[in-house]
Amino acid sequence: MWRDHLTEIIVFSFLFLLVSAMGFVAARWRAPRDMAHLDEWGLGGRSFGGWITWFLVGGDLYTAYTFVAVPALIFGAGAAGFFAVPYTIVIYPMVFLVLCRLWSVSHRHGFVTPADFVRNRFDSPILALLIAITGIVATMPYIALQLVGIEAVLKTMGVTGDSALARHLPIIIAFAILAAYTYQSGLRAPALIAFVKDSLIYIVILVAVVYLPYKLGGWGDIFDAADAKFKASPAPGDGILLNANNQLQYVTLAFGSALALFLYPHSITGVLASRNRDVIKRNMSALPAYSLLLGLIALLGYMAIAAGVKPLPGAKAGSVDGNTVVPLLFDSQFPDWFAGVAYAAIGIGALVPAAIMSIAAANLFTRNIYKEYLKRDASPAQEANVSKITSLVVKVGAVACIVFLDPQFSIDLQLIGGVIILQTLPAVALGLYTRWFHRGALIAGWVAGMGLGMWMLYQIGNPTTGKKHFAGSAFPLSEFGFDTTKTIYVGIVAVLVNLAVAALLTLVLRAAKVADGVDATTPDDYFADEGDPRVTPGPDRDADAAREPVA
Amino acid sequence: MAAPEPEAPTTARSRAKDHSPWNWLLFIPIVVPLIPAFFNADSPRLFGFPRFYWLQLAWIILGVATTTLVYQMTKKRGDR
Repeated sequence: MWRDHLTEIIVFSFLFLLVSAMGFVAARWRAPRDMAHLDEWGLGGRSFGGWITWFLVGGDLYTAYTFVAVPALIFGAGAAGFFAVPYTIVIYPMVFLVLCRLWSVSHRHGFVTPADFVRNRFDSPILALLIAITGIVATMPYIALQLVGIEAVLKTMGVTGDSALARHLPIIIAFAILAAYTYQSGLRAPALIAFVKDSLIYIVILVAVVYLPYKLGGWGDIFDAADAKFKASPAPGDGILLNANNQLQYVTLAFGSALALFLYPHSITGVLASRNRDVIKRNMSALPAYSLLLGLIALLGYMAIAAGVKPLPGAKAGSVDGNTVVPLLFDSQFPDWFAGVAYAAIGIGALVPAAIMSIAAANLFTRNIYKEYLKRDASPAQEANVSKITSLVVKVGAVACIVFLDPQFSIDLQLIGGVIILQTLPAVALGLYTRWFHRGALIAGWVAGMGLGMWMLYQIGNPTTGKKHFAGSAFPLSEFGFDTTKTIYVGIVAVLVNLAVAALLTLVLRAAKVADGVDATTPDDYFADEGDPRVTPGPDRDADAAREPVA
Repeated sequence: MAAPEPEAPTTARSRAKDHSPWNWLLFIPIVVPLIPAFFNADSPRLFGFPRFYWLQLAWIILGVATTTLVYQMTKKRGDR
């Protein structure tokens, strides 16, 4: 019952309201006279320095869902869930140089979204539309998942009702507040709140990893308890080490997720908001501090095993809600007030990425659908306005996902999201380096990768939960006719096929001399930096002044 | 996509800005964490952590060290 958790609820609500107030004030933080411009509302004036970018990008890559779901995965499956650590190690060296190029070309031409870039690089509105839709579709369930994080916390505090409306009312209120301050302050709101969110999370985790092992008998005992649990369980894939069959899955999932991460429109939004190339490079070496945090948070899953945590029941009878593992661990091991702080960290941790994601999705709609297809001559003020309204619609959609669908379904959608966003890799990431691919071939590659990815995900069932389709991302290689029990991450296979189709068709289309459009970018655009007098509007029709409030 | 410049050479002036042999070092923290043979074992344990866990956490430091080194060595001279 919620009365047993009164202290937790009070601490949680207090901190939650505090950051909401900050969200409204953020509109005035580092603000120019004119907020009615997409560069200001949607990219914070493109002026963020090292620290803000660190908190902003960190806040949007390491989400409440990560903090809740990764330990839940470790709790349930063991070592396989630790893939999140190599995943967040390999990502930064991989994009170290790529993102600088994206930043430069985007500043020269006033691009706000990855689809803006593709539109101008490949001279293809259709390809840009595909990229934009892919981004929006992949982002929506991601926002919904942030709500799953908040919901797990509320559930643990006993704030649940019997009817669907009563159960979801706290989340609807939280999201209404979030929607209001994002509408007003744009990207400045999550940038400012991210400071509070991450400070809270760092405090909670440092206390947890020092205090809990002390209470539970040391790290050695924690791992031994986990080992004993997995040895006793009948499931073949679990254990505190990987087995022969899931190593390939582990590696391809880590690598594929890393490739996908900076293709998500919200990660790109955080990067484009930074002030110069230097900020990006410095952040790529400083952001892994979060990975250390993530690794320690993941191990909370084992601490929950050692502490004997039993997850709360799920939506359906007989199922359990693994996402409640971490909140329950805090509830059982910490004094009430500190558990309240931890819950606030998770709750606020959901708001920051949800705000950035909805802004990114709104920018995609505004730039690549509204301006491209509905109103070609939209003024900057109109663009900013459409984006603000779209960000509201996106959030209502995400809340609807949670209220009307089984949350488990949103998790499946997120799984699909990772696979589909990877299909934008040839056009966006490789497009930054080469224009060798033909625009028609890129479209065909996207279709092929998307089709294959969906088919593979559809084939994957889970005998333990009785789900027949979309129950995971580990595809058995035996389905392709290999004589093995190994599995591989669907996204990697799909993107390889995408690339192969794009390459082959490029050769065909080039041989047939099919028109390939005009590249609106020049090689020099990819190196422009702050202070370069040419970081100004290009000759391009889409170019809005990337006005720099130069420090 | 790891990037040490698979593109066709552009103007000599532009290339000078991003191109550096130091960039090849970035492959180390991309490749090493993806080889399970290094870390998929229990012993030796460190502070109670099986090798699988402490070694992968240690690679975060490898990643930070490499990217920081590359950043410092490729930084534009005379910049803040």
